[in-house]
Amino acid sequence: MKNRLPVRIFNFYLEGFRQMTLGRLLWAIIFVKLFVMFFVLKLFFFPDVLSERSGGLTKDAYVASELIDRRAQ
Amino acid sequence: MDASLLDWSRAQFALTAIYHWIFVPLTLGLAVIMATMETLYVRTGKEFWKYTAQFWMKLFGINFAIGVATGLILEFEFGTNWSNYSWFVGDIFGAPLAIEGIFAFFMEATFIAVMFFGWNKVSKRFHLASTWLTGLGATISAWWILVANAWMQHPVGMEFNLDTVRNEMVDFMAVATSPMAVVKFFHSVLSGWVLGAIFVVGVSCWFLLKKRHKEFSIASIKVAAVFGLLASVLSAWTGDTSGYQVAKTQPMKLAAIEGLYEGGNGTGLVAVGALNPEKKSYDDGKDPFLFRVEIPNMLSMLATRSFDGYVPGIQNIIDGGYVTADGDTALSAAEKMARGKVAIQALADYRKAREQKNEATAQTAYNTLQENVKYFGYGYIKDVSELIPSVPLNFYAFRVMVMLGGYFIVFFIAVLFFAYKKKLEGLKWMHYLALLTIPMGYLAGQAGWIVAECGRQPWAIQDMLPVSAAISKLSTSSVQLTFFIFLVLFTIMLIAGAGIMLKAIKHGPEGVEISK
Repeated sequence: MKNRLPVRIFNFYLEGFRQMTLGRLLWAIIFVKLFVMFFVLKLFFFPDVLSERSGGLTKDAYVASELIDRRAQ
Repeated sequence: MDASLLDWSRAQFALTAIYHWIFVPLTLGLAVIMATMETLYVRTGKEFWKYTAQFWMKLFGINFAIGVATGLILEFEFGTNWSNYSWFVGDIFGAPLAIEGIFAFFMEATFIAVMFFGWNKVSKRFHLASTWLTGLGATISAWWILVANAWMQHPVGMEFNLDTVRNEMVDFMAVATSPMAVVKFFHSVLSGWVLGAIFVVGVSCWFLLKKRHKEFSIASIKVAAVFGLLASVLSAWTGDTSGYQVAKTQPMKLAAIEGLYEGGNGTGLVAVGALNPEKKSYDDGKDPFLFRVEIPNMLSMLATRSFDGYVPGIQNIIDGGYVTADGDTALSAAEKMARGKVAIQALADYRKAREQKNEATAQTAYNTLQENVKYFGYGYIKDVSELIPSVPLNFYAFRVMVMLGGYFIVFFIAVLFFAYKKKLEGLKWMHYLALLTIPMGYLAGQAGWIVAECGRQPWAIQDMLPVSAAISKLSTSSVQLTFFIFLVLFTIMLIAGAGIMLKAIKHGPEGVEISK
């Protein structure tokens, strides 16, 4: 009996990944890069500044105060 | 705002963008070339073209894998280093980027798998369609990113909401198809195609230099050089259209590119020149040039489509009083700065009135702001000199881009001439020249982006938000730290990518027909 479409798609990807040579290295690089980006850089170096520093103000109130306070005198 | 923080934050963003743009144009260019070669395979049935396409596909895959997601860092930086900007742009920036992320990324992710895994598993035509759609996905991604960038250069289709302090999109089509977005898209994508063609010609010439894969190399060179010549000519044309748009919407950028301090009717274009390093201020009376060779009336022609058209210089833009492309009389910088301050005060008054539930005062403040909103950003400018971008940087970067663009046209013509005369194989100097042209292709693209981004300083959003108001209050040391982290990480990644790419090139194409 012919496999259903989702199974065929799954097998297509599975065989593709199994037969990779250079692709394995490239995928490893992609995963390391994504790990560094999301679990190192994003977590430790790129906080959501508006959430962290608005000091009890809503985000719009914080940005409004920033924009008003910084105007040229 | 601390100038050091601003400089480091800009440097960090520039570094990330420069690295990102190393990978993107090659992806765009190689995508079309490899798809063209696979089309030749499907049409002729010759296995030769299949193996040829597969080799360039492999290099495309390496470049794609190393470059993918480098753009995400820019989005991290928006949220952390440019948080006021991120909030202020609202959904205008978010919508194109979300569409890019959802639609184009999944399109690429789906069809790239068929392209790499699908040989011998799907029909020839389905595989070919997947290859073209992979390239189309990457190109559509570029479209949405450039729509967002074009909005920063020329904000349209939005309304400023005083309650949320955000710009809200009121006309999606105006944003998505603004003339600035259209010319920016075609010019940027075509520059990617040129780089892809240069890369293929250069790598193929390396094989000729090493006396390997002659038939493969000559065939690749012919396809890439025809494609590259077409893309180079179209790139020059879209560059001209892009310049026309800049003249209409960013006259200060054009003046900086040309080192034009005193404009006028029938203004000449500086073909070759050297700026006077002694000139420190727009009004110090010193000649801006040590020497220059001008093409008479050409700048007027390019900027206004009339040989006698008026092009304002830096001094004219600061003084105002001339008639703009829209037919209005230009305000002076001082008048714009005054109206910017009125707009910001109106924002303060509006929010205070709303807190006090004084709707009548809020309405008055609302009306005042809407009347002056197009000058909002000028309210942050303390001195008119802040409105002038770096003239030397823009002047020289622009000429590097244009001269290299002209050189690429001549280069592709020469390559095609020698290839069809069957002389290319023995011309060693041409092989070396083709290899040397690869870094020039990257340099031209980077120079173009330097002009696009540094030419619009001090603006994060043209006339509406300068970088000094867009930036987050962070410690300079934290930005310096992330700058150097990126520098190290990106450099490692670039070296790794280049190493894998060189190894794949040295290995050469596979397949009995072309492996000799």
